[in-house]
Formats: sequence, structure tokens, C-alpha cells
Amino acid sequence: MQVDSATQASNGAVPEVAPGEPIIHVRDLVVGFGERTILKGLSLDVMRGEILGFVGASGGGKSVLTRTILGLVPKRAGTVAVFGQDLDGLTFEGRRALEQRWGVLFQQGALFSSLSVRQNIQFPMREYLDLSQGLMDELTIAKLEMVGLTADAAEKAPSELSGGMIKRAALARALALDPEILFLDEPTSGLDPIGAGEFDELIATLQQTLGLTVFMVTHDLDSLHTVCDRIAALADGKVVAVGPIDTMLASKHPWVSAYFHGKRARAAGFGSEGAR
Amino acid sequence: MGAAEAPLLATARNGRELVFVGNGRWVAGQGRALEGSVDAALAEVASGASETARIDLSGVRSLDTLGAVVLDRLLQALDKANIRFQIVGLERRFRPLLDDIIKGSHAHPPRRRRVNPILGGIQLIGKTMASTAEDGLALLSFIGAVVAALLRVLVRPLSFRFTSMIYHLERTGLRAVPIVALITFLIGCIIAQQGIFHFRKFGATTYVVDMVGILTLRELGVLIVSIMVAGRSGSAFTAELGSMRMREEVDALRVMGFDPNEVLVLPRLIALIIAVPLLTFIGNMCALFGGGLVVWLYGGISPEIFITRLQEAIALNTFEVGMIKAPFMAAIIGLIACMEGMRVGGSAESLGAHTTASVVKAIFLVIVVDGLFAMFFAAIDM
Repeated sequence: MQVDSATQASNGAVPEVAPGEPIIHVRDLVVGFGERTILKGLSLDVMRGEILGFVGASGGGKSVLTRTILGLVPKRAGTVAVFGQDLDGLTFEGRRALEQRWGVLFQQGALFSSLSVRQNIQFPMREYLDLSQGLMDELTIAKLEMVGLTADAAEKAPSELSGGMIKRAALARALALDPEILFLDEPTSGLDPIGAGEFDELIATLQQTLGLTVFMVTHDLDSLHTVCDRIAALADGKVVAVGPIDTMLASKHPWVSAYFHGKRARAAGFGSEGAR
Repeated sequence: MGAAEAPLLATARNGRELVFVGNGRWVAGQGRALEGSVDAALAEVASGASETARIDLSGVRSLDTLGAVVLDRLLQALDKANIRFQIVGLERRFRPLLDDIIKGSHAHPPRRRRVNPILGGIQLIGKTMASTAEDGLALLSFIGAVVAALLRVLVRPLSFRFTSMIYHLERTGLRAVPIVALITFLIGCIIAQQGIFHFRKFGATTYVVDMVGILTLRELGVLIVSIMVAGRSGSAFTAELGSMRMREEVDALRVMGFDPNEVLVLPRLIALIIAVPLLTFIGNMCALFGGGLVVWLYGGISPEIFITRLQEAIALNTFEVGMIKAPFMAAIIGLIACMEGMRVGGSAESLGAHTTASVVKAIFLVIVVDGLFAMFFAAIDM
């Protein structure tokens, strides 16, 4: 019952973000390791209910930004606010409450290898919710089916799953607590084009069904084309262009222009014959 | 929060029509309460005598997956009881989620079977026996593979990874010197101190020198060093090879036409076989030094007397008995460590289990083999 009231409080007392306000608000973020500065005064807003695609050169700091927002990498300067709350000003409890409202899909899935898929999905439920085992099992199956897996997958160990199934199972775990924000780190990397296409569709569907805000780091031009509402491009440690596809295509920044007008971009249907 | 005071799901009966009125937040945080309300409603459904149902959800302010799953329970029960129902007042934005859940298969995860504890115990014994036998076979086949790799290397000595061997020699040998020296020194001190303390009662203090000399040179030096090496280098070998297996590095070697036993195992094994005798020698000397120091400071026997007494007490074969055992101990530790590393599966847990197994088995076998050697040397009068 304690858990119950805590969750209620967190859902009730936390200031809600009004529609149109940024749900993630990053200002002048500086992050570096040792001598190297990776993010040099980066600013970015993610709006409620949108799918934001985040692109950038390999090693350019895309994952670093995600990890900094999630609090896995310390920042040197700047502010990060999620749900209108500055992450630096949070108490331990506030932080815990906030972490229940976002879900993360790591690039390699990061499923706990010693637990079965069912146990992986129920892991956050057990910690934060007060549910009977029967209901938790039903909920687990519902989540698995949402991400396109069947009930058979529940008792498998992560090492028995294929790459695509790992991503889906990890997505089900990320959705275990019905988060409001979903962070995806290269969700389609390592999937075949058909699998990647299905995954894109899945994310779009889930976003509709669950009313998610999705922050997606990706290299997949098809994903950017089909599911992203807006795209942010990272170059030289800053966001150099942000907006829908048209804005990207019109951008004069050399890296952005090379990215969206390259051979592969044309193959994905960008550039040559105009947008969409 | 006035609206939240209303029950999450209220049930009423209107003639032959059931009326359900939902209110408040149908979210995971309310899990128990929601389940309770819906189960109460299910009881009402089961009591029969209804033809239609009306589910008024206009008071539901939020609905998440859990809320939808619980609601779906109610709908399924209504379906089963052949009651026609309609849902009214549900906010449009919740509809896709509910539809998605209704569409689901409603499969139940396979129940874990309960095992009879007695049968389970017997089963466990059987499994353990089988896995022990399997371990023995695996070790034999691994030794075979390593010997085959060794023979190939002997035929083409240039293919031996000399650099790798030197690297491992430094790690397992040179860098182990300080800790091995310290531990064996302390062991020597302790034996001497205990010896003096107890032998003094019989006036046989000088025999402490015999005891320190024979005990450390024949048995303790090599045992302590082997145990240290099993814990220090054996575990490292297992963890290294295991994580290489987990990340498919071993498979990468194999498809490039290399034999992992030749590239990974042999240099480690040979480095260990060279390092352990050297460490044993250092350990022996340190133990004697420690013993001599305590005998001098605590027992009042001067170093000159200690050395003379030591010469009388021990012969070269005392030293040899210890040293002969060292390379065998090294081979046991190296083989077990590498074999366990090569058997690591996909999970982090498996890596931990095999690293533990590597150290435990190596120490166990080292002690067993030490016992066999003791019998052997007794038989040949050495």
C-alpha cells in the first residue's frame, strides 16, 4: 500500500506539462570526457506527444546526449529539465518518481541475462507497483503482444532470443510502467530492413495507443522518413538544424546537407524528387 | 481530488440490465484496488440473471495498459456469460489502447510446475552426478585438444605465440611476486612461532628448524603458491576467455582459421607452467627467511646455527619434492581455468558461475594431487 500511495503522489503532485510545452528541455549543455568536449552548449526541446529523431555522425555525441538526459553521464554545464523539473534540483524520491515516467530501450537491449523475459518485464513492476502475480502475468502478456511477441517468449532466457526479439522484449520492459517518454537508442540497428520497417510501425502505433513522447537516436533514414515528426541534427557538439524533413532538406549546414542529400538518402526517397 | 472519492467501479442492477460505472484513475498505481473492484464486479456477473450490461466509463480520467487489462477481464467475463454489453462515455483517446488489449490472445504464461521436494532432491543428485561425469569427460577432451595444439606447435615452433606467452608470464609470474613473497614469508613466520611455542615445553627448540625446513619446502610452499595462483590468475583466465566467448571473439578466431586452443590457451598454460615453479622457489626462500627471522628473534637461535641446522635437517631431495610438484600444479590450474572459460555461455551469470567453478575445482584438484604425490614420494622413498 505504501508503494500505491507513493505512485499516486508522484502522478498527482508532479507538475504536469501543458500541451505545447517542451517535455524535455535542454539548454546550453556541455559534456566532455577528460580533454575532449563532446557537447558544446547544446540546446534542444522535445514536445509532448511527438516522435523526435536525433541524427548525428558516429561518435558525435548522440548517445552521450541521451545518457546525459538520463543522468548516466555527468554534465559540465547547462540545464536539463524533464516534465518541467530541473534534474539537478531533484531529491532522491523525486528522481525515483521521475524515473518511473520514462522508459529506455538501450541499443543492445540490456535485458538482464540471468532473468527470463517475463521476469525482466516484471522487474520494474515488482519494484514500483503493488499487483497480484496473476494480474502481473496478464499485464506481461499484454505488453509482449503489444510489441509483437507471443506468450511463448515469456519464459525464454534473453540468450535464446534473436536480435529482433531482444529489441522487442527490451521495448516491452521499457513500457512496463506505461511511461510517458520513451528513449530509443538506435532501435533499428542490427535489424533487417523488413524487421526495421516493422519496428518503425510498431513505435508509431505504440506512440498513438499509449500517447507516448518518443526520443529516438537513429541512423536509419527510413525511420526518419516514416515515423519521425521532427528531426534534430547534431554536428560539432550542437544542434545545427531542427524541424520536419523539409527543414532538413533545406538546411545549408554542410553535414546536414551531406546526410540528407547523400546517395543513401536518395535511395530512401529523400532529396532528388523533393520531400515525401 | 473530489472525483477520486467515487469507487473505481460501481455495480448496480437495473432489472435485467447490469450497470457498471467506472471512475477515477485506472492506472497501474491503483493495481490492487482496481483488481478488487473488478473482481467484485465479476462476482456480480457470475451471479447470473442478466441479459445486457452497460459500462459507463465517462468518469475514467486516465487509463493505462493495466487499466485496460483489468477492464478486459470484465469484458471477457461478460462475453463468457453471454451478456451483451456496451461501453459508453470512454474518452476517445483511450479507445486505441483498449482495442489493442481486447484484440490480444489472452494467453496465460505457462505455469511453473511444482516439484515434489523429495523427487526434486533425487533429481538434483542425479543431475549433479551426471554433470560431474560430464565435467570429467570435458576435462579429458580439453586436455586432448590442448595436447594436440601443443604437438602442432612443436612441429612448427614458429607458430607459437611467444609474445603472448611473455605477456602472460609477466602478469601471472612477475606481478605475483610481491604478494606471493609476503604471504609465504608470513606463513614461515607463523609456523616457526607456533613451533617454538610448543617445542619449548620439551626443550626441543632446535627441531623447529627441521620442521620449518621440511614443511615449507616439501608441502606448504608449493601449496600456498598454487592456491594463490588459482585465485589470482586462474580466475582471471576464466573471466578473460569467458567474456571473449560471450562477445564471439573466440568464434571470430575460429573462422579466421586459428585454433583458439593454440592462440589463447597454450600461451597462458605455458606461461603458468614456467611461472609457478619460479614463484614456488621464491615462496620457499621467503618462508625459510621468515622462519629464520622468527627463530632468531623469538627463539633465540642465531642465523649461523639456523643455517647449520637446516643443512643437517634437509637434503636436496626435500627441495626437489616441492619443486617437482610445481609444474603439475600449474598445469592443473591452467587447464581448469581455460576449460571453464571456454565453457561460458551467453549470460553474465554463467560467467560468474564458471569463474567460481574454475577457482574451486583448481584448488580442490591441487590438494588432491598433492596427496597423491605424497603417497608416490613415500613409495619411492624420497
